[in-house]
Amino acid sequence: MKKVRPFSPNTADAPWLKSCLIAFAVLVVLVIVVLPFASVIVQAFSEGPSIYLTLLRSSDMQVAVLLSLKLAAIAVPLNAIFGILLVWGMTHTQLPCRRFIMALLDLPFSVSPVVVGLLFIMLLGKNAPLGGWLEEHGVQVIFAFPGLLLATIFVTLPFVARELLPLMEGQYRQEEEAARLLGAGWWRIFLKITLPEIKWGLLFSIILSLARALGEYGAVAVVSGNIRGKTNTLPLHIEALFNDYELTAANAAATLLALLGVITLTVRIVAELKKKRDSNEH
Amino acid sequence: MSSPDNSLTPHLTLGIGLTYVCLIVLVPMAALAIRMATVPFHDIVESLNSVRVISAFKLSFGLSLLAALANTLLGLPLAWVLARYTFPGRKVIDALIDMPFSLPTAVAGIALCGLYGPEGWLGTAFERIGVQIAYTPAGIFVAMLFVGLPFVVRTVQPIITNMDFSLEETGACLGASRWYVFRRVILPTLRPALLTGFSMAFARGVGEYGSVVFIAGNIPEVSEIVPLLIVSRLESYDFTGAGALSLVMLLASFVMLLLINMLQRRMAQ
Repeated sequence: MKKVRPFSPNTADAPWLKSCLIAFAVLVVLVIVVLPFASVIVQAFSEGPSIYLTLLRSSDMQVAVLLSLKLAAIAVPLNAIFGILLVWGMTHTQLPCRRFIMALLDLPFSVSPVVVGLLFIMLLGKNAPLGGWLEEHGVQVIFAFPGLLLATIFVTLPFVARELLPLMEGQYRQEEEAARLLGAGWWRIFLKITLPEIKWGLLFSIILSLARALGEYGAVAVVSGNIRGKTNTLPLHIEALFNDYELTAANAAATLLALLGVITLTVRIVAELKKKRDSNEH
Repeated sequence: MSSPDNSLTPHLTLGIGLTYVCLIVLVPMAALAIRMATVPFHDIVESLNSVRVISAFKLSFGLSLLAALANTLLGLPLAWVLARYTFPGRKVIDALIDMPFSLPTAVAGIALCGLYGPEGWLGTAFERIGVQIAYTPAGIFVAMLFVGLPFVVRTVQPIITNMDFSLEETGACLGASRWYVFRRVILPTLRPALLTGFSMAFARGVGEYGSVVFIAGNIPEVSEIVPLLIVSRLESYDFTGAGALSLVMLLASFVMLLLINMLQRRMAQ
């Protein structure tokens, strides 16, 4: 007697193909992503953990870390506050030039960091009208802290606004309207209705911009002038050490920033999980 | 959508937010435009018309194109594996894909340099077969490959996850082989996403600086990318020359931004 097999269309990949593809994926990620990372850590500790710690404690290193932290501590909150204001305005009014604002927000992501630095030199450098005027009044922007800050603000500008825009786009508008009709002011509406909706997205985008602010290299390199122990941020200090052939020290400094990358990644995963759980509850 | 808030507050916050963005983004760009407008057009063309500049552009755009292509070829199977298969360690691989996004470029730069350098793990391996990667255009390619890897995977992966199974089933029921279904059903569905990821990786490669400079060697006409040429012109106070290069780079960013937006709108449809 013939066996009748139940009909099932073949939409699964053959097992051998599946294994091959998985092996390929693991190999690609290992070679392209994991190996460089491992190489930094191995080189940083190549002279032993005590040397590693001494290198991290050097005064130039500490100045660089402090400067980077200072820049991030100013740039990130500024971008978050103005980003929330902008997105709140964009989602609560009907404005015609939305596309234009979106393009404006996308620009800092798509412009080469070097060009960003150059833009600020063209505006505020010694030879520019505005920069010259400021210099006459004793304010140095380029090759000083304000220039570093402006470059950092520019490159981290879109993170919060871009993340929040789709989140604040009116899924909970009815609740807001109800609150308004009941007499709640905008601040209470924001705190009680909007903020709980956007909190994970906000946290996530703040972490992303923090990481970018601390790790930005190109834009900051152009406006910094690389004065060691003064205008060298942590990434610039890595470059300075690298150029001096102090490879162990450069890699040790790099592990600090690499750690930042790992933290960002972890927070991203956690934030996404939380977001998923929150949306499942709704 | 319900009626917009008619109170003054949203208009006020919009005004404040927009002013801030314009001050940070538009004003510096206007400064470049004004500065370059005072330079005779002839001088701008002159500063762009040299062997050094042209080879830098060829290198930047050519290698970005190549790296984006390689990233598309690697990204498609990666996205497929992550979206369709379950295997131990899948979550880890999935998370690691984002690493190039979260690793600062300077770290990527010295990491790649250490890995592909003459004493690095892969550097010595390649040297044995007579290939030098660090301090050659191949090094630039490797760096662009690294920073561009997540783009294709991240644009294609959600499309594969959300793809309509019934189309594949129909194809299979009608007797099509798996390969035929892939070519005629799956691939066309993924094309816009593949193109978007490709363009994003390309755009990123063209502008990339931090991860490239360390490993590039930076020899004029051989391994000098455009962003580096801008920096070296700034360092020699050639503001016109640096500005002219930046104008071209900005123009290229605009075009690519436009293209990516168009592709994304097509993907949303």
